[in-house]
Amino acid sequence: MYQQKDFVLTIEGLTVSFDGFKAVNDVSLYIEEQEIRVIIGPNGAGKTTVLDLICGRTKATEGSIKFKGKELTKLKEHEIVHAGVGRKFQNPSIYEDLTVFENLELSYPRGKKVWGALTFRRDQEVIDKVNEIAQMIFLQEMLSSPANLLSHGQKQWLEIGMLLIQDPELLMLDEPVAGMSVSERKQTAELLQRITKERSVLVIEHDMHFVEEIADRVTVLHQGKVLSEGSMEKVQNDPKVIEVYLGH
Amino acid sequence: MLQTKLRSLAPKNDVVSFLILAAILLVALPILFDIFRLNLIGKYLTFAFVALGLVLSWGLGGILSLGQGIFFGLGGYAMAMFLKLEASNPENTQIQSTPGIPDFMDWNQLTELPWFWEPFHSFGFTLFAIIALPALFAYIIGAAMFKRRVGGVYFAIITQAIAAILTILIIGQQGFTGGVNGITDLRTLHGWDIRTDSAKYILYFINVMLLLATLVAAQYIRKSKLGRLLVAMRDSEDRVRFSGYDVANFKIFIFCIAGIFSSIGGAMFTLQVGFMSPSLIGIVPSIEMVIFAAVGGNLSIFGAIYGALIVNWAKTILSESYPELWLFAMGAMFIAVVLAFPKGLAGIYESYVQPWVDKKLKAIQDKKAKK
Repeated sequence: MYQQKDFVLTIEGLTVSFDGFKAVNDVSLYIEEQEIRVIIGPNGAGKTTVLDLICGRTKATEGSIKFKGKELTKLKEHEIVHAGVGRKFQNPSIYEDLTVFENLELSYPRGKKVWGALTFRRDQEVIDKVNEIAQMIFLQEMLSSPANLLSHGQKQWLEIGMLLIQDPELLMLDEPVAGMSVSERKQTAELLQRITKERSVLVIEHDMHFVEEIADRVTVLHQGKVLSEGSMEKVQNDPKVIEVYLGH
Repeated sequence: MLQTKLRSLAPKNDVVSFLILAAILLVALPILFDIFRLNLIGKYLTFAFVALGLVLSWGLGGILSLGQGIFFGLGGYAMAMFLKLEASNPENTQIQSTPGIPDFMDWNQLTELPWFWEPFHSFGFTLFAIIALPALFAYIIGAAMFKRRVGGVYFAIITQAIAAILTILIIGQQGFTGGVNGITDLRTLHGWDIRTDSAKYILYFINVMLLLATLVAAQYIRKSKLGRLLVAMRDSEDRVRFSGYDVANFKIFIFCIAGIFSSIGGAMFTLQVGFMSPSLIGIVPSIEMVIFAAVGGNLSIFGAIYGALIVNWAKTILSESYPELWLFAMGAMFIAVVLAFPKGLAGIYESYVQPWVDKKLKAIQDKKAKK
């Protein structure tokens, strides 16, 4: 039996309704330290909405989200980030007009207020950290090129890098390998294996091979509800899951 | 270390551009033109302050305000109120039924100076107000809009509406504000007659020095992390938000800065032109200010200044011969800029002139190397 304190993220009774339509309906989710959890489910199951709720983009109608004992539903987006939650969007969202270096630098956890940003100095510490992360995300050669010159896959990595530099305790990735080539996928899987050592990760993904490769446990969402949860093997053999996936 | 810091703050190209601009404004123009024309140029340059603010808020941050006239007016009126009070001493106004108050108040049967005019007896307070009033006003507008995530076209329309409201308020409250005529007949600053030619020369140079200082401040902001953040917000606001920044605060900040710049321009306008009126605040002047920045190039701080100079110069030339054509010409200019060269004059410079110059310089260098 788990103690409450073992969970990094505790979601209980989470519900959000848009004009009466419950996109997420009474979802409970418990994520342990250093766990890689993958959420799967058909389109419209509410996967992205769950991430939106955790990071504060959407406000919950009911329920609670506790991150290391701290209630997130009351916090603003940037406060949730400072609490230690990082989130990657489905479409790579990076700053196209800035260089790769500048993209990473803006995520460096210093100078986050107006005055701090005005007086921010690019010292050795920042440069070293940016280089270290760039190495990790295979972009060390591209640091001075504008981000709009990157390939789709590289943009995905860059956004992951921007999260890594924040060093969040909970990393949320929305379809990190979507639109990637086979070799890029492999590299990304390796990257995720490496970066998830010191943190918990919540991933949304459609690619089942990829899910199998990285997931500790899998949660299946369907019509806003948790349909099944457990190891990949258990979930794959769950008749309810098979019905949902094949029945559509 | 200091040197690398300086270089990152002021790349060689920018230093050269700055020196060229300073030479044009401080040396070439005063030599080439008589004081009448120079005073006009000084007037144009007061709008360059506004354009500079727009480069930061609109060009960098993507916040298009169609109401910068508001702030231009705040600075202009603050200065005008001070000068008007000095011009309305009891001796000058002894024929009024209430001597010692501005003439338009007397015409409107006011018998007492309104309370909000009182502090403008002090020059120190006036200078403070020129900075603080637009900052406060921009803060209120910015906080109300950006905290609620109002942006883009909606923000532009609301700022325009505020400019319209302010104009109507000033015109309607004739006794307090001088109404549609504005505040006119300004004479001295601490006894120094601002209408003489020598005063106009001095004011021109003060104006240019202030503009150059503002330019340096703009460059500092542009080159700071905050400048890059503004660009980032324009590209992907959510990403900035979810990187731990309170986006609204940064927008409010840059909107306040743009407001302060405009206000300084307004104050210098009053000093050099000798009056302030609602015709410089409303919708049309506010849109004109955006066009100055657009023509100059809304990403270039130098372009903004040239844009303000050239468009205003064109306005003067055209208005002298065909006054009714100006609005059409201005509209055409705006359309041409947006369609044909969206980066404005600065864009033309960057894509045609700069490469040519670089090529020539390189050719000279190669020649030297061969020898």
